[in-house]
Amino acid sequence: MHIPDGFISAPVATAGCVVAAGCIAYAVKATNKKMGEKEIPLMGVLAAFIFAAQMLNFPIAGGTSGHLIGAALAAILLGPWAGVLIMTCVLAVQCLIFQDGGLFALGANIVNMGIIAGFVGCYVYRGGTFLFGGHKRRILVSGGIAAWLSVVVASVVCAFELAISGTVPLGVALPAMAGVHALIGIGEGAITAAVLALVMATRADLLELKKA
Amino acid sequence: MKFKWWHGALIFALLLAVLSPLASSFPDGLERVAENKGFIETAREALFNLIPDYVFPGIANEAGATILAAIIGTLLIFGITYGLARLLKAKGEA
Repeated sequence: MHIPDGFISAPVATAGCVVAAGCIAYAVKATNKKMGEKEIPLMGVLAAFIFAAQMLNFPIAGGTSGHLIGAALAAILLGPWAGVLIMTCVLAVQCLIFQDGGLFALGANIVNMGIIAGFVGCYVYRGGTFLFGGHKRRILVSGGIAAWLSVVVASVVCAFELAISGTVPLGVALPAMAGVHALIGIGEGAITAAVLALVMATRADLLELKKA
Repeated sequence: MKFKWWHGALIFALLLAVLSPLASSFPDGLERVAENKGFIETAREALFNLIPDYVFPGIANEAGATILAAIIGTLLIFGITYGLARLLKAKGEA
């Protein structure tokens, strides 16, 4: 879902950069008070995993592929603000080194895949585990649904950005983006649940860190 | 140095990076929508290129060039976020 330059107008790209910069500044403040010894390597390996996993596009229907975003996973494990920092690092390196996602669109990409997806993923997961309890299978279901929804909501926001930019009418962009990402999101949900299961089996204590 | 859990996690990420040539080359969700709805041409070229499309330039073997790009990216991201987290912890204690 990396937006290249040209898909969104200058005002939309600028607004994206302003919102992203504000959120990153707050994320630095919010995380520096809560950063513990355990979180330091977790932040590094989680970001490394998300980058590598994002390269592994999986095919879905109709000659289309999708890949993990990872924002929901990061926000579930480390909290939404640390998640914003992780996704910002991943998206910035993808943009600057690998020319994936436009330079001027970086702010909008951080808003969609770092902030919106992370917050949706984190709070749907917390709501799910609050309502259905913290038993193993229920945690995985909550995480999977949260991750699926994080992708769909991010794609809806992306459709609005395209429409506001005058690139494509909202009535065209919205069903197309939400439809294809409802399928891609299934992969996101499955991968997120699988990683949560792996964390539970090896380092269950890490699931209790999610506050920062 | 004692083997810690996150060493295993980093090795896992690097193994995924080695698998990167197996990724589907179909257009992703946004590219598919852009093609179908006729706005793919509005995409502009990048201002500069370092390792475009996750293929390290100047290597004839494309799978090798992809793996190299993936490993560079994975280690770079690890270094940046690990360093950032250390910095934030130090700041929080100050």
